[in-house]
Amino acid sequence: MSTDAVLYDHPGPRAKIRNLVLTVVFGLGLLALLYWIYVKFDQKNQWAAELWTPFLEANTWVNFIIPGLQQTLAAALVAMVLSLTFGIVFAVGRLSDHWWVRVPAGAVVEFFRAVPLLLMIFFIFYGLPYVNGGVPIPAFWAVVVGLTLYNGSVLAEAFRAGVRAVPTGQSEAAYGIGMRKNQVMRFILIPQAARAMLPVIVSQLVVLVKDTALGYIVAFPELMQRGVNDLGANRANIVAAALVAAAIYIVINFLLTSLASFIERRTRRRGIRVPRNGANPVRTAAQNVAMPAGMGGGAVGA
Amino acid sequence: MRVSRMAAVATAAVMALSVAACGGGEDAGSGGGGSGDGVIGKAASGKLIIGVKSDQPGLGLQTGTTYEGFDIEVGKIVAKGLGLDPAKVEWKTTVSANREPFIEQGQVDLVIATYTINDDRKKKVAFAGPYYVAGQDLLVKTDSTITGPEGLDGKKVCSVAGSTPAKRIKEEYPKVALQEFDSYSKCVTALGGGQVDAVTTDDIILAGYAAQAEYAGKFKVVGKPFSSEPYGIGLKKTDTAGCTKINEILKAAVDDGTYKAAWDATLGKGGTPAPTFDASKLSNCPA
Amino acid sequence: MDLLSDPDNLDLYLTGFSWILRLTGAGALGALVLGVILAGFRVSPIPVLRGFGAAWVNIFRNTPLTLIIFFCYFGLFSTLGLSLAEEIDVNNFWLGVIGLSVYTAAFVCEAIRSGINTVPAGQAEAARAIGLSFFQVLRMIVLPQAGRAVIAPLGSIFIALAKNSTIVGTIGLAESSNAMKTLINDYGSQTILIFLIFAGTFAAVLIPTGYLFGWLANRLAVKR
Repeated sequence: MSTDAVLYDHPGPRAKIRNLVLTVVFGLGLLALLYWIYVKFDQKNQWAAELWTPFLEANTWVNFIIPGLQQTLAAALVAMVLSLTFGIVFAVGRLSDHWWVRVPAGAVVEFFRAVPLLLMIFFIFYGLPYVNGGVPIPAFWAVVVGLTLYNGSVLAEAFRAGVRAVPTGQSEAAYGIGMRKNQVMRFILIPQAARAMLPVIVSQLVVLVKDTALGYIVAFPELMQRGVNDLGANRANIVAAALVAAAIYIVINFLLTSLASFIERRTRRRGIRVPRNGANPVRTAAQNVAMPAGMGGGAVGA
Repeated sequence: MRVSRMAAVATAAVMALSVAACGGGEDAGSGGGGSGDGVIGKAASGKLIIGVKSDQPGLGLQTGTTYEGFDIEVGKIVAKGLGLDPAKVEWKTTVSANREPFIEQGQVDLVIATYTINDDRKKKVAFAGPYYVAGQDLLVKTDSTITGPEGLDGKKVCSVAGSTPAKRIKEEYPKVALQEFDSYSKCVTALGGGQVDAVTTDDIILAGYAAQAEYAGKFKVVGKPFSSEPYGIGLKKTDTAGCTKINEILKAAVDDGTYKAAWDATLGKGGTPAPTFDASKLSNCPA
Repeated sequence: MDLLSDPDNLDLYLTGFSWILRLTGAGALGALVLGVILAGFRVSPIPVLRGFGAAWVNIFRNTPLTLIIFFCYFGLFSTLGLSLAEEIDVNNFWLGVIGLSVYTAAFVCEAIRSGINTVPAGQAEAARAIGLSFFQVLRMIVLPQAGRAVIAPLGSIFIALAKNSTIVGTIGLAESSNAMKTLINDYGSQTILIFLIFAGTFAAVLIPTGYLFGWLANRLAVKR
């Protein structure tokens, strides 16, 4: 944040006028665009009352949006817990001194990061029953397991990068006072890695929440299926329903991000230090270390 | 343990490959369907899972916590016939592309979801019925000049990816520009917006949309079906006893009027008379 | 016919991946251009531009891509009348490219912004002290260094983009995930083999790509 402000001088009188002109021009352009969109939507009757009144009725919320949202949140929460666990386990696995732990852990992480989640969920649901003796996989678990394998793998890389970013002196000191490897990991490295990587972890959790929407492929009744497809079928207002669903996703993810930055501010106030490497400690450290060989720990997804 | 799981997957893949190489290779892992496993046994144990559509007005529409439509009513008739309280049926949403896997893997016991009987599908599942014979037709805007599939060359037609109607358009009317979505609701929305000129699938599904209050007066069904789509009730391929039993139930339902009542309560609401039911066609159960 | 010997199946597979390739290529280009512009907006002196950049990132990064692709069809095309080609497939392809670009640009923008954060503030200050303007500081001092710092994150973003291309299948494009669905429908008993072929292709291309970006990032890293 502080770096943003050093890119330009404090505006003098001429710059102030120029900025004002640009503000007005761009602002008007933006308003014109929004107005054009509004008019076009109006021409196509997208603001027609009958498309939007369903959202004033209890039935729409009680029977479609809220149950869908509950499934979305349930799948997201379970998958978050599992992904974080998976991430820590495989990060430690990849940092192991034994090649027979390190190599398979690496292979698993690399594979699941490279396979589209859509294919994963589809396969777990339809393919796995051919291997496990025909035991059907509930759609919920197909989605949760798919999310866990993918996001867990990305998180594993984030944790691994975070662990490597902790100065070596810390683990040396810990070994020096007689801690075992296991203790060093648990008490020294992982907690610091988790804090340093918090921004990456949080954006991956946002990705996870959004990716629950891919559950439509196995007819998992989440927000997308219930609040858009089924509601659209009932009330013939699929575009309006999709706009409402998008707003809900944005709010959830915005809350999640806000919660994370609150935690981040709190931990920083408590004086936890992460390796400094530039103007902005937490962000910079995270960004610098987030990308080891391979695909890096960047948080991106559907 | 991850390693062993990967190994298991790999082994299974090799097995699948070798099964395929040996020819046939049908139904490698769907499990047996002995009598205890069949729908009669399932019903006797007090629970039946029926796969239905959730987004088709008039046929299978999830309105909230409940499902309604003609397919649902047929499901209730079958459940009752099997000696099960229809309230104990668990309804499960299926989409066109996942009906066979659902049955093969036991995710559902029965599928009653605008499910056309055809030879391809008969290789994988058994069909009781047909309980209704639909025909592929076109839904167009009320003022459209399209009168049948012949007039479609160069026109944009929408259907659901992986469905029989989509396949038929691709194979028999290659000059038609086909837009595919994952649900008919999206097709109908695109039709309303003018992005496609027609939506094609079974007449009865289209009629459900045309009759929906929200679309009143906007669309019409062309009314010249160009195929015959016998709707069956899908169940495990090995469950011959269940299949035969369901056929008996259907026949009895026609005789005692419950079939007509089911129609009148759903698709027949608009005044369309119940279809005549031809019991002689109930011959799809595997021998 | 047999899964592996039927030429139609090969065709399905190849068509699927060629769509993925084209979506990824065009989407990456679009996302890069848009992302750089947005990042410029986000660090600019003009509040409206900053606000616009922030709004873009918060809206598109927090919406499922499935919905964004849906809006490209039903919003851009259906309602706003943006038609990009006569042919359905080509039109859907370009709508998909727009959706992927708009979505991915939000991530590119944030990556570049963090990259800008890695450039020591003193450098920008020194540049200003010798009289460079905002654009000159950005173009000559900050972005070249930030660019090196963001190679690895951009690599991850583009790999994710390649995988996300499968979602364009929801508006009917016969890309890999739809091809896999079709094949699994026709050859139910060989689901695992089909999955391994499709997943394997993604892994075989994307894992080395990831390492390539990692190697590039290390080579080009700004040594401080």
